[in-house]
Formats: sequence, C-alpha cells, structure tokens
Amino acid sequence: MQRFCREDAPGTIYALSSGAPPAAIAIVRISGPEAGAVLCALAGALPVPRRATLRHLHDAAGARLDQALLLWFPGPSTATGEDLAELHLHGGRAVVRAVLDAIGALPGCRMAEPGEFTRRALLNGRIDLAQAEGLADLLEAESEQARIAALRMAEGGLSRRIGDWRTRLVALAAEIEAALEFGEELDDEALLPPAFDRALAVLHEEIADILRAPSAERLRDGFRVVIAGPANSGKSTLINALAEREVAIATPIPGTTRDSLEAPIAIGGTALLLTDTAGLRETSDVVEAIGVDRARAVIESADLVIWLGAIEDAPPRSVSVHGRNDIPGREATPSGYALGLSALTGQGMTALRDLIAAAASAEIRSDSLALNIRQRALLVDAERALAGTMTESDPLLQAEHLRAGRAAFDAVVGRADVEAVLDGLFARFCLGK
Amino acid sequence: MTDYDVIVIGGGHAGCEAAAASARLGARTALVTMRADRLGTLSCNPSIGGIGKGHLVRELDVFDGLMARAADSAAIHYRMLNRSKGPAVRGPRVQADRKLYAAAIQSMLRATSGLSIVEDSADRLLIEGGVPSGVELAGGTRLAARAVVIASGTFLGGKIFRGEETETGGRVGEGAALTLAAQLRDLGLAVSRLKTGTPPRLDGRTIDWARLEYQASDSEHWSFSALPSSRQPQIACAITRTTPRTHDIIRSGLDRSPLFSGAIEGQGPRYCPSIEDKIHRFADRESHQIFLEPEGLDDPTVYPNGISTSLPVDIQTALIASIPGLEQCRITQPGYAVEYDHVDPRGLDSHLQLRAIPGSYLAGQINGTTGYEEAAAQGLVAGLSAGAAAMGQTPARFDRTSSYIGVMIDDLTLQGVTEPYRMLTARAEHRLYMRADNAIARLGDCARGSGAVSPARAEIIERHCGSKADAEKQLSEGDDGQELVARGIAPHVAAEVVADALYRPYVQRQAIEIERRQRDSGITLGSIDYRRVAGLSNEMIERLSRAQPTSLGDAARIRGITPAALTAILVAARSA
Repeated sequence: MQRFCREDAPGTIYALSSGAPPAAIAIVRISGPEAGAVLCALAGALPVPRRATLRHLHDAAGARLDQALLLWFPGPSTATGEDLAELHLHGGRAVVRAVLDAIGALPGCRMAEPGEFTRRALLNGRIDLAQAEGLADLLEAESEQARIAALRMAEGGLSRRIGDWRTRLVALAAEIEAALEFGEELDDEALLPPAFDRALAVLHEEIADILRAPSAERLRDGFRVVIAGPANSGKSTLINALAEREVAIATPIPGTTRDSLEAPIAIGGTALLLTDTAGLRETSDVVEAIGVDRARAVIESADLVIWLGAIEDAPPRSVSVHGRNDIPGREATPSGYALGLSALTGQGMTALRDLIAAAASAEIRSDSLALNIRQRALLVDAERALAGTMTESDPLLQAEHLRAGRAAFDAVVGRADVEAVLDGLFARFCLGK
Repeated sequence: MTDYDVIVIGGGHAGCEAAAASARLGARTALVTMRADRLGTLSCNPSIGGIGKGHLVRELDVFDGLMARAADSAAIHYRMLNRSKGPAVRGPRVQADRKLYAAAIQSMLRATSGLSIVEDSADRLLIEGGVPSGVELAGGTRLAARAVVIASGTFLGGKIFRGEETETGGRVGEGAALTLAAQLRDLGLAVSRLKTGTPPRLDGRTIDWARLEYQASDSEHWSFSALPSSRQPQIACAITRTTPRTHDIIRSGLDRSPLFSGAIEGQGPRYCPSIEDKIHRFADRESHQIFLEPEGLDDPTVYPNGISTSLPVDIQTALIASIPGLEQCRITQPGYAVEYDHVDPRGLDSHLQLRAIPGSYLAGQINGTTGYEEAAAQGLVAGLSAGAAAMGQTPARFDRTSSYIGVMIDDLTLQGVTEPYRMLTARAEHRLYMRADNAIARLGDCARGSGAVSPARAEIIERHCGSKADAEKQLSEGDDGQELVARGIAPHVAAEVVADALYRPYVQRQAIEIERRQRDSGITLGSIDYRRVAGLSNEMIERLSRAQPTSLGDAARIRGITPAALTAILVAARSA
C-alpha cells in the first residue's frame, strides 16, 4: 500500500467525493502532483485557478466523456495542501465510471483510500487532529443505535474489555513462558497449572461471543431489509412507498427491475438499508437472469426479507406479506401472512414499518459494543489465536499463538502498529472525503 | 602521550569483546584493566550460555567474538537446555573450568594484533569540545584516543555487602572505579543503583558426593563456536536441595540481611533471586534445588548454583550445613551482594554510543544488564561501533528482527531498565526464526560486511550457507533430518533445515509483521522537543525525551505511548 508519509512518491489520488450515483451531479476530486496534468489530459488545458470553468472532457482515445464544470486549485493553499482539482460531472453511473476510468489510466494516478484526502490534509498541516476526528464524527452516526454504540466506544468500553482480555492472555502466556525459560530450573513436573486450559477456553468464548454481535458498519449502514418475491408482485411500488421517494421504476410490466437497488431509510431512529430485487422467475433474458441471481444473493445476506410471494416459497428470515390488497379480489389477507397492505393506498404500511422496526431492534442488542471492520478483523485474529492455542500441544507454538493474540489486542487499541493506528483513524472516513 | 584509535576501560566480558572487536577492525586499541591477570574472569557462576544467553553466544561467534571459543576450550560439562522442547528455545549451556576460560580469553587477546593491554585504573575520561580525546590513568598518565568504550561492570561505584559488613569493590578483594563513577554523574548522565549477588564457594573435598544425585554431561557432541577447538574431559554435576531447617536458618537471619534492612537501595534481578529472597517470596515452597557445579578440573572449588546470598557469614555457614551432602562442607569464600552504578541506557543510540558525548560508548553491566553473555554481546556492538567510528567506517547494525543482540540493544536503548536486564527468549518476538542453531544463516552476511571476521571465519560462513542451501533442496516432506544425514548432510545442518521447515508458516506470518514495522521505521523523527508537542502527558514527554526514538516505529515501541500521541508526534515531525 502506498503511503504519503514515506519517502516514495506520494502519488496522485482521485475519488468520487459526492454520494453514490445516480444523482444530479457527481463531484470527482483529484489531489497530488499530477492533478494539473489530469485536467490537461481530460479538458485540454488548465482553467483559470479558483474559477468555475465549463469544458468538454475526453478520454485518451479522444472519446467525449461529459461536459463538466472544472475547478483548479494549485497547491499548497488548498484543502489537502497539494494541487487539487474538482470535476462536477453529470451524475449518471456510466459517466462517473467512464471519467474515473479515464483518470485511472493516466500515469501516477490511483484511486484514493478511504480518508486519504483528509489524511493528506492532516499530514500537510492544513487541519489538525481534532479537526480530522471531528470531521469523522460528523460523517458518521446516522442512527440512534450507532450514536449510542459510538458513545460507548468513545467512553472506552471496548478498551476496557480489551484491557481485561489482554491482562488475562498475558497471564496465560506468562505461564508458558515461565515453563520455557525456567522449566529446567524448576523441578516441578507439571509444566502448566491445571486451570490453564479452562481459563483459555473461557477467554476464547468471551471473544467469540462479542464477535456474534452486529458490527458498527451494520449499525451505521443499517439493518438490511430486502424486498423480494415473484416478478410483478409489487416490490418496487412497496420500496418507493417505504422510502417515500422514487427509488425504483414501478410498472405493471413483469421484469422491470433487473438489478438490486438500495435505499437507506430510517424508521424510529433505526437506520435501515432497503433493497429492491428483481422478481424471481425463470427467464431467457440474459440480463434479467443476472438480476435474478443477484436477488438470490441479496436475499441470502438479508437481516429481514419482506416476502411478497407464496408462503410455501418464503426464504429464511422472512415475513410474508400479502401485498396489493387494493386490487379487487385481493382484499382479504389469507391466513399465514403477517399482514396485508397496499403500497398505493397506504393501508397496512404503518403496521409494516412497526414490524420492521421491531425486528431491527431485536437484532441489535442494546448492550453490544459495535466493532468496526478493523476491530472485528483483529478480534477475529485474537479469537483464532486462542483457538490455535487450544489445539496446539507444543508449548512453544502455543506461546506463538498467544503472542499473535496479544498483538491483535494491541492493534485494536492501537498500541503496536503506527500505520494501523493511522489507518484506524482514517478508515472512518468515506472514500473521497 | 600514547596514541590509540580506541580505548576500552574494563577487562570483563564486555571490555574484552569490545577491545578484541575494535582491534579486529584494524583500529589501534588499548584495553585498560586494573588486573591483567584477571582478564576473562567468570566472577559469578562458572557457566556460559543457557536459554536466550546461548543464543547470544552463538551470535557473538559469527562475528569472531571470543566467548564461544573460550567456552568451548574450557567446557567441562555440556547441557542443551530445553532439549525436550522446540528447537527455537533450546539453550546451549556449558560449565567452564574457570582457569581454562580465563587463560583462553587472555591468549586470544594476546594473539590479537593491534591490541595493547594497559594494567592501570582509568580515572577520568578526557573530553575536549564535547567529544572524548582520551583517558587519564590513576598515576596521571594520559592516553589519547578518538573513541572510548566504558565497560566498568560492577566496579563503577561498586560496594560489597555481606550481612552487616560492607566494603568498597566490584569483586571481592579488588578495588572499585570511584573517580570514574563520580565523573559520569558530574557529566549529567542519569545514574542509578542496581545490585547483584553471588553464592558462597565450597571446598568440593568436604562434600559427601556419594549421597547426591548426579547429572551427567550431554552424550551428544555440540559446541558453541563454528571454529574447532580442543575438548576437555567431562565431569558430572550433582543436585541437592534446601531443607525446612535451611529455611528456618535463613529466616532467623533476614533482619541482618542488607537486602531486607534497607542498606541496599539498588534493585536486584527477579530472575536470579538470592536464596533469602526466594524463601521470603515463595514461602510455601518447602525446598529449592541446588546444582553443585565444579569450578575446574584441577580446582576443588564448587559453585552451589541457586543459593546466592548476602547474609552474614555465620548464617551462611549454618545454612550450608543444613543441606544434604554439605553437612561437613567448608566454605572457601562467603557469598556477597554487590551494588553498583549503572547509567540509564536510554541515553545511548543503537550503537551504544552516548548521545551526550559522541565518541564514547558504554557496554555491559554499566547499562543495567546482568550476565556474561549480555555483557559480551554489548562489548561486541560497542567495539565494532567504536572501531568503525575511529576508522571512518560504517558500523554493523543489529536489528531486533534478526538477532538477540538486536533485541537487547533495542530494549535497553528504548525502554531502559528497572532491574538488571537478562536475556529471555520471550523478549524476542521473532524467536521462532532467531534460533541458537541458525545464527550463521541469520548474521553471516552482516558479520562478513562488518570487516571484523577472519578469512577462516568468512570461509566457514560461506561453506555453511552453501551446505544449508544444498540441504534445503534435498529436504523431503516429513523428513526429521535422518534422510538428509543418510545422504551425507552434516547432522547440524540437517537439524537446522528441519527446524526452518517446522517453523516456516509462523516465520512467514512474522515476515509480514517485520515489513509493517519497517514501514514505520521509514518515518524518521529527528530531534523533536517533545515538551512542545501538544497532547503528550508528562510521563510520555519524559520517556520520549530520554529515549529520543529515531523513527516513528521506535516511538511506537516505547511503553505507554498511545495512538493519539503517535499521531501528534507524526504531525510534529512533519511540521518541524
């Protein structure tokens, strides 16, 4: 991984800095020594600094990509402290993809890592650490649960837990080390005390238990609610009603939705990620078939599936809903369905929202520490290290497993590895910030 | 005024290795010692090596250090410790005939060209313009030099305790370096006190050997040095133990022990406690093991390993008589504790050079370590560094990812010491890689590049690496080394290759950690005024200022430095 703070070239980074397309406009930021060269390559010549300029963008082959508004900020008095350019594009996915690809093909340019723009700003003295952390906090905490979990984390709940685990692990490691270093001097036959295995197993189980709780990303990104069912069962209409905006194109034509569409919403302080899926049916249309496969994958990873099909086809972790009860002949909810509703008239929608909110809050334990991806990965390392210790018989290799476990704990609270510490801070930023 | 490139003060294990290493580099070197006939003396136990310590001796040997060869030529009892455990923690250890050991060291020193032995007491470091210009001896004679290594051991402000008695000295019956101690304090170096101890010596002719359990020397032949040496006849050791009566006697004398009366302020090693300490701290244990180790082939003296003490002589006499087999035993020299000055090693850089006085180097117990092997290894580092500096060369560098020497230097200079520092394999994160059996493979290139090895050594290194590469190609899955040996590979090479294969998955995982560490080491810090870095606690400021880490990676290893502090340091370093 390339790092700005080392001797080697910092490189020029770029990323989509606005929200996910499609959107009205999309802003791409480019920072680094090649930022000016990128503008020249795409738009022909550098615009006047700090003034919005309208230009056509072309790729290396000369194909026109978009008409865009350009902003050119020569360094060092810029947000990142480096040469910085912004492209305000039309916010279609294809346009954004094509422009990002064109930049990526230029020499010295690479996609930014999450938080890398802020990291450069910090390292170049444009902002201080408190500002960087404040920014990270601002960008996060979209829901009440995330706020509470983040607060608990900030108050040191995780550090205290890790501190306790680490102390116990060090005590276990010390038993083995004593046997390795002084086993010859001590004439005791038993190398390890009888309580060793039990203490190890208890520690392992506590960590495994924490890992079963949902992650911080899950809390922040939301409980995943997937709307699924056969083709033309009203999925897109329902997601638009729940999101209270036009997320999906809803038509009476079966097979309209060919890809999975996502819409973040909040119900009762809980962040939810709604996903509309292609209707499940056999199809000879290649594109629709891919959509159906994706739908099955999304259903697999869902926390809750709102199922609009026949009860006997309902997937695991689903509630079956009798939809479209505004249609004559569908007014009555057959037995076995959780509820009947009409996304068009709004009837039954409040009951559905309550049902989703109840399922979400049951899943998200109120006492849990929300681990982010980095923390979770490290605790998984620690858990594996302890499991490895339990199955290993050579005390030297047991000690090696415990050392790996301790290193993982240290890395969680950021004791050992500086790069990991910095990554830990900057991983909190979205890409492009 | 006699002119040298390097002067080494002190003729213990650190001083001898430092002087020899400096001279091997071609620097004109003087070794100043109070008693030339005591060069290479084993002041405490008559043994070399052990777990962690044996690793150091093998590493020293790759650089043509003296200790491994002297131990081989004086060994009268071999024991590979931890033989039943994994190869990475096996510790070669020998008992050495004291006279033969000292004779071997002295003859190697005499045979080292460019090395002069000066029998005198070094009183004062001569300093001009902030750097050392030489040394003033007790008689007022001055010796000039461009670099000075101080390896004064326990002689720096040394004070001996035995019950209520005290005397000045680093070893019983010898003097102490008091003026030098005062000068180092005056130079503003952070000096504090540590203590160590030694057991009474016994007359082996008065021990009832027939009643004791024996421990024979290893039947398998192994040596410390890769260079050949003569082999002495092997003798057995005996094992006895303390009794409840021994413990009662010790308890009755505790109030007269300088350790418990408060006369000794220095902290002793937790890993090598005195017998009174053991009785006090592990009150529930009914008995402690004692190894009776003969000190030489033609010397009746026996070293009772495990009962170091500074109790009064009458208590020592009574406690010895309470031990099975020692009822009639005569003490030839009572045990004692010695308290001495040590300098905070955080004032040193990674070449053991004093940051406050560039050109001066400290090695051995003066840096707060305990043990011959730890001292000798530091002597090598200081000697190579001082010699290279005087000759205008780049000194060899030891890293904690590839050597125990590197681990020790890194620990000392970054963390400092709170008790005498002893090498333990647990200190080495990469111990599965850093084994006693693969020192040549780990350090051969570094040793040859240091310019301190003889052509014979260079050839051995090359030959070993060649046969190892050959053996690696021939190693088949599941071979415990026997197939390799059957194909004509030397047993020690086969064992090394098999051990490499055993630990390979772990070592590969560690290689990733090493790479990560080196990334952090690439961020250099320079001289930062930590008092001006916002957000650091007073404790952090103190630790960082003392250790002056050269890179962010070093700063991260200092205890108590938090992530937020590191980020603040990083930002301060970049804005400096």
